[in-house]
Amino acid sequence: MAPGQQLILNLARAAFAVAVVAMAVAPSLFGATEIVLLTEFLSMLVLAIMWNLLAGYADIVTVGQHAFVGVGAYALFGFTALAGLNPFLSIPLAGLVAFIIAVPAMILVFRLRTAYLAIGTWVVAEVLLLIAGKFSAFGGGSGSSLPISIILAFGRARPERLATIYWLAFALAAAAMLATYFLLRSRIGIGLTAMRDNEEGAAAIGVNITYARILCFLGTAPFLGMAGAIITLQKLRIAPQASFSIIDWTVFIIFNVVIGGIGSFEGPIIGTIIYFVLRQYLAELGAWNLIVLGSFSIVIILIEKRGLWGLLRRALSDDLIPIAHKPSKPSKSAEAASDAEPAA
Amino acid sequence: MVSIWVNQLLQGILLGGLYTLFATGLSLSAGVMRFVNIAHGDFIVLTGYILMILTVSLGLNPVVATLLVLPIAFAFGFGLQRMLLQRVVGENVLLVILVTFGLSIIIENGLLEGFGADSQKISGGWMETATIPLGHDVNVGLFQVVTFAAAVILVAALDLLLYRTGIGAKIRAVSDDVAAADLIGLSSVRIYAIAMGITFVTIGIAAGFMSIWTNFDPASGPTRLLIAFEVIVLGGLGSLWGSLAGGVVLGVAQAIGGQFDITWQMLAGHIVFLIVLALRPQGLFPKY
Repeated sequence: MAPGQQLILNLARAAFAVAVVAMAVAPSLFGATEIVLLTEFLSMLVLAIMWNLLAGYADIVTVGQHAFVGVGAYALFGFTALAGLNPFLSIPLAGLVAFIIAVPAMILVFRLRTAYLAIGTWVVAEVLLLIAGKFSAFGGGSGSSLPISIILAFGRARPERLATIYWLAFALAAAAMLATYFLLRSRIGIGLTAMRDNEEGAAAIGVNITYARILCFLGTAPFLGMAGAIITLQKLRIAPQASFSIIDWTVFIIFNVVIGGIGSFEGPIIGTIIYFVLRQYLAELGAWNLIVLGSFSIVIILIEKRGLWGLLRRALSDDLIPIAHKPSKPSKSAEAASDAEPAA
Repeated sequence: MVSIWVNQLLQGILLGGLYTLFATGLSLSAGVMRFVNIAHGDFIVLTGYILMILTVSLGLNPVVATLLVLPIAFAFGFGLQRMLLQRVVGENVLLVILVTFGLSIIIENGLLEGFGADSQKISGGWMETATIPLGHDVNVGLFQVVTFAAAVILVAALDLLLYRTGIGAKIRAVSDDVAAADLIGLSSVRIYAIAMGITFVTIGIAAGFMSIWTNFDPASGPTRLLIAFEVIVLGGLGSLWGSLAGGVVLGVAQAIGGQFDITWQMLAGHIVFLIVLALRPQGLFPKY
């Protein structure tokens, strides 16, 4: 391994560590505007990590991810505003509702494969959106605002409240990252990586594809639901079209992951950072914003299907966050033997 | 009272014709090239806008405009497959989904930028307003009947094309086994492009009927895609005649749901689809 490469890799890892530490103490470093932006960043990151896990590893290309975000948003409203439960407790409960809804959804869409499954998830999301608009207690088609009392439960003063919601988003993003990391390091993760690379081959050597796909689909749902709940705490209202927004919670997420690098741990992180940087410039462009991102992602796929991280990775000797298990180092004598072999 | 329901039922059956037109192209590309074009609905809507320009700006008759568009649609589909989709087809379905998904978003926002969010419609003149009385207060629109007939003719024509012609045999050969087809000297790249060209001709036809039958706006592509998708899954994947049955089932479900309100119209269609998917995932008339 070239020393220069190792240096770059170590610098990148150091930068990542600094960023994580900075994020961990962000409320004492930044003002309200930045905290709002960072909270949004973390929520989007959770959605990106989950979509990447499904599409990049488990071969479940969902176009209906916004379904569970919307379910989480509506569940939060139901538990806090209608049932009067503790707002903090309502967030994991929103994740639980997303999980419960994911079970029948999975049974239905898993009858379809690949592209059909993709559109199947979209149909399910559409159905949930239309049903959400039918509940008059939730404001029907036009939605409803969160009562002030619930908002105040997260902090009397605005900076305090923003910090609390930020911490919730930070905790969820950290949990999402750790869960993905340990899942991919585990036996199931090795199977998923094998599936990513060759599904038939993976099945042939005994990877239980069905089990891994069920685990991923049901495992991502609560994260999406809790992200939806936290997003709602920021937006302060629910509405069918906004809470179940395909553009915000699915389209942008897909573009972010594709641009950053699908099927890698680093991809969704890089993609979401790029999205937030670009957004500062693209936001004024209106519809052109999506045209630019869409074209960019198609060009990326044609150049390198593993995205920008795939391009960078060609120049680096290792992953930024080492997911793969390294083959155990051969002993000295074995190495010498293999070195000697070609000469013999 | 009875006549309301009879009218609604007839309307639903005829709507099934329009839905079959949406679905034939998707059925063809899914059956032959083994991929689902996520931008399918958006291409129908895009063609609708092109027809609108031709009829409004150039004053062409909608039928003439549609006939003019068909060869261009073929060339476009051929080029799209050859230049873009062929690069990602085969190795990994994920890439095709992502590329066509990107196209879908580009088309929707391009139309939004170019024409605004207003909904559009092409006037069919007398064709649109003429009705056929069937007695006892039961009437059907001439245009709706013509659309249904067009759907039946299109399905029959594609069936003949695939199973009775040389190019159809080649398309089926490539569809069954790309490597083997290449081995016996068929150019799979060219045949894929021809199949996509034919798919786009059906998109042109669907757009012609859609633009007179209903309103459309830049965001209405996904609805068309979902309908087309539900029709082919309901009918049984790869079964052309099945898609006609799927279209009618969906059309009738929506017509009955539409008696209540517009969201029930959409919801009824989706729910019937999900029920059939749960009970009979192979569709109503499975091909295999």
